[in-house]
Amino acid sequence: MEQLNKKIFPNRRSVVGKLLKERQDMLVVTGLGSSTYDVYAAGDHNNNFYLWGAMGSAATVGLGLANSQPTRKVLVITGDGEMLMGIGALATIAVQRPTNLTIVVLDNGHYGETGMQQSHAGKGIQLDRIAHACEFDYSVQLTTLEEIESLRQHIHSNESLNFAVIKISTENPPRTMPSRDGVHIKNRFRISLGFPPN
Amino acid sequence: MHTDDRNTNNWQGLVFPTLKACNIKHIAYVPDAGHTVAINAAIEDIKTTSVMLTTEEEGLGYLAGAWLGGERGALLLQSSGIGNCINTLALQSCGRFPLLMIITMRGDWAEFNPWQNPMGQATEAILKHMGVITWRADKAEDVEKLIRGAATMAFDGDSACAVILGQQLIGEKEWNN
Repeated sequence: MEQLNKKIFPNRRSVVGKLLKERQDMLVVTGLGSSTYDVYAAGDHNNNFYLWGAMGSAATVGLGLANSQPTRKVLVITGDGEMLMGIGALATIAVQRPTNLTIVVLDNGHYGETGMQQSHAGKGIQLDRIAHACEFDYSVQLTTLEEIESLRQHIHSNESLNFAVIKISTENPPRTMPSRDGVHIKNRFRISLGFPPN
Repeated sequence: MHTDDRNTNNWQGLVFPTLKACNIKHIAYVPDAGHTVAINAAIEDIKTTSVMLTTEEEGLGYLAGAWLGGERGALLLQSSGIGNCINTLALQSCGRFPLLMIITMRGDWAEFNPWQNPMGQATEAILKHMGVITWRADKAEDVEKLIRGAATMAFDGDSACAVILGQQLIGEKEWNN
């Protein structure tokens, strides 16, 4: 960890921008806090579902979506704190084994939304090793922007259950906020998949 | 698993077929003795995705995701698991997602283990505080119609709904066997 801490990790917005490049018909779920702002900053999209609460739920929303839309790629983008709150979901997901689901954890080792208190990840807990122990098909920890492109290509060209921790800097970019109206975001998402809003 | 002295009416056998008739495609669950028959039926049914959870609130995220993807599901859990769900119910409330929960009670009647009582006694009040509509079945003949009606209000009315199966229905747990 000492070695890693001395390294300058990429900026979160650059990481998410590169990851969502040429996203095609990918479905994206975001964890509350900065991950929601990052994905919105990369460009609002009807196929984005932004969480503003229900901390710990990003991965399970992604799992339900992946199981109900098996022909679409589903990408969950969340933070280390949000993932830690729902850590048991990695076991639940591993038992389901959807091969169209990727979970990306933007890991700055801190709880950004509450004042940058250090997280368990910041204390050295490696979430990708937990995913590896759960036998995800592909689990990696990335520390450079160059590696994001290979992750992006892996996601688009493979049928596999993926988990990636991307180490990011603690830089806190200005908030860019999507709608907080959950009903609107839900209906927009469903309509884009061809379902009525009810 | 403990041996249970169950009500001899076949309410347990009705739960899964009733859910299936409501077009439920996903059954998320935390194992519970009272739900054994429904859980096993879901696992055996190739057209149903059964999802074993480590904690109940995972089911709320899962079912919201399934609904985003155009499919209906239900959460089978014990009353103790409602405590785990409280904050996550914001997802159903703020997104007005349908939710159908079937809850087997503990700490409700003839409960041997007092550690079940605090959550059991608070279950229905907490659900109401969080905006979940509740019905309670203490008789076998009410189970099917309450589930069917709750499914209508959940999926046609975008509501969070819970059918509570009381311990008088489930039967006394035999602790000495």
